[in-house]
Amino acid sequence: MAVKVISPGLSTSVQDLGRPGHYHVGIPEGGGMDRFATRIANLLVGNDPGAAVLEATFMGPELEFTQSAVIAVTGGELPPKLNGEERPTWESFPVKAGDRLSFGFLKGGARAYLAISGGIDVPVVLGSRSTYILGALGGHQGRTLKAGDELPLGEGSGKAGLSLPANLHRARNNPAELRMLPGLYWHRITEAAGNRFFEETWKVAPEADRIGYRFRGGTPLEFVEREQPFGAGSDPSNIVDACYPYGSVQVPSGTEPIVLHRDAVSGGGYMMLGVVISADMDLIAQLQPHTPARFVSVTLEGALAARAEQRAALARAEDYLAG
Amino acid sequence: MSIRFNFGGDEHIFGEVSEEMSLTSFFTGLSMTNAVRAAGIRGVTEICPANASFQIRFNPDIVKPQDLLSELKSMEEAASKADPVLKTRIIELPVYFQDPWTRETCLRFRERHQDPSSTDLEYSARINGYATVEEFVAAYSGQPWFVSMVGFVAGLPFLYQMVERKKQIQAPKYLRPRTDTPKLTIGHGGCFAAIYSVRGAGGYQMYGITPAPIYDPTMKVRYLSDDMCLFKPGDIVKFKAIGRDDYDATLEEIKANRWEPTVRECTFSLKDFNGDIYGTNAKLMELINGR
Repeated sequence: MAVKVISPGLSTSVQDLGRPGHYHVGIPEGGGMDRFATRIANLLVGNDPGAAVLEATFMGPELEFTQSAVIAVTGGELPPKLNGEERPTWESFPVKAGDRLSFGFLKGGARAYLAISGGIDVPVVLGSRSTYILGALGGHQGRTLKAGDELPLGEGSGKAGLSLPANLHRARNNPAELRMLPGLYWHRITEAAGNRFFEETWKVAPEADRIGYRFRGGTPLEFVEREQPFGAGSDPSNIVDACYPYGSVQVPSGTEPIVLHRDAVSGGGYMMLGVVISADMDLIAQLQPHTPARFVSVTLEGALAARAEQRAALARAEDYLAG
Repeated sequence: MSIRFNFGGDEHIFGEVSEEMSLTSFFTGLSMTNAVRAAGIRGVTEICPANASFQIRFNPDIVKPQDLLSELKSMEEAASKADPVLKTRIIELPVYFQDPWTRETCLRFRERHQDPSSTDLEYSARINGYATVEEFVAAYSGQPWFVSMVGFVAGLPFLYQMVERKKQIQAPKYLRPRTDTPKLTIGHGGCFAAIYSVRGAGGYQMYGITPAPIYDPTMKVRYLSDDMCLFKPGDIVKFKAIGRDDYDATLEEIKANRWEPTVRECTFSLKDFNGDIYGTNAKLMELINGR
């Protein structure tokens, strides 16, 4: 045994880079919502980028180590404290048996990633250690952490004092700009409603979790009139239940858009306006409730260019850490 | 018929076979996803059939989106002409209709329902033209259903009844979703039945409950030890209405891990089915009745 949970924080779970391949039976990919932060946390402590880390939401856990290790915290600005003394984020530091790790108040972003050298060694389920909370699958007993849990660690050999400078982190805008490729059922709304959707500033609603992020504050959508197809349901926002892409933007009853994230429900009966591009999924992971956000229309070419840009940024960070 | 293709961001291609639900559209979608799986295209990470549509997820760093789209379009003609014959299986699932647990939940959320003065079953029976709840349940459990999609949450099947359109049972979803649904509830929304694999929020009308787990992340249930989800798209399901005594007895057997559902291999031909719906269904049901 290597890490004891003294207090769990608000919603802390074991995550890695996810388990693709089971979406057709409703099991989402899962994994760290902020992939960049998940990878970098691991690299800072000498792990494979896909090792299992802890994802802490809004508030950090309190942990006690029963063996020495090297750890690092990335993602949102959730300052770690070792035995009460503040330590930097995005930098590896050593811990020894008996040390306690706690966290100060969140200063920015929404989710912090704690990597421990050796990785969290919970059983691999369907190819991943990620926790799928809704399906009680993977992670530590298929759930978020509780006081009294003990998490095993793998064998590791991290170096303390490795850090990633701020100019290699991803900048966050305010309002957040989420680039989206319109499509899917975009034709269901009027042109005026479509224009307004991109012009208006929305706000992250309190209903924001690993499944999806809800937004509110914009004008309800106007639908193009039609006779509802057989099997779709009577609301103009209803469709015959279909698959939901990761990042898809559904608008139940045309009022509050929901962007599905890593633990997405895999399908359902609400029309989608399009999909937030892969390059901006990490940004959503770091949005707090009440944060202003805008959706920005992009083309497929724009989405691919943004993806290449994020890959290049990750490569720069990896090169820096590889020294 | 032509599939409406669309990019879902930079990682998905979405194909809508038709706006409305039909078994023909479902089969075209299933033929497409089977063809994509058989083609073993590099960079394809998820292949998801749905009711009248499907979705392919891919890594655009490995396969160019436009190339994948062209490949999918090249499969379309074959898929829509494919002789819709499916090697599949029929599964019999015991269901305790009018059970006390969904009834209690239904009463707890009455103010979110279209008709707070009726139960979900009374309401659904009435709007579908059945004189009694018993007649409604007889229709519900009398003919088999197709698993036309698995998803929403892990292992949850959407089921489409194998009867002509005018006999399809339809019911609206709750006006506002409930915050609770008992695990293994049989629900209905639009023209689809669903079995809630886990406890949680839901908007479907609730009719009954099955004692049989359909999703087991621990893979301890004997018939879920190889695959944690019971259902796959293309499976055929027959509900068997049972009472409280049978429900309790089956539950005991399940707790002792001795029980498993009756499952029979079968072949389904859409052409035969469209030619003689009830004759085809009768033959399928004979397989599980062992005659």
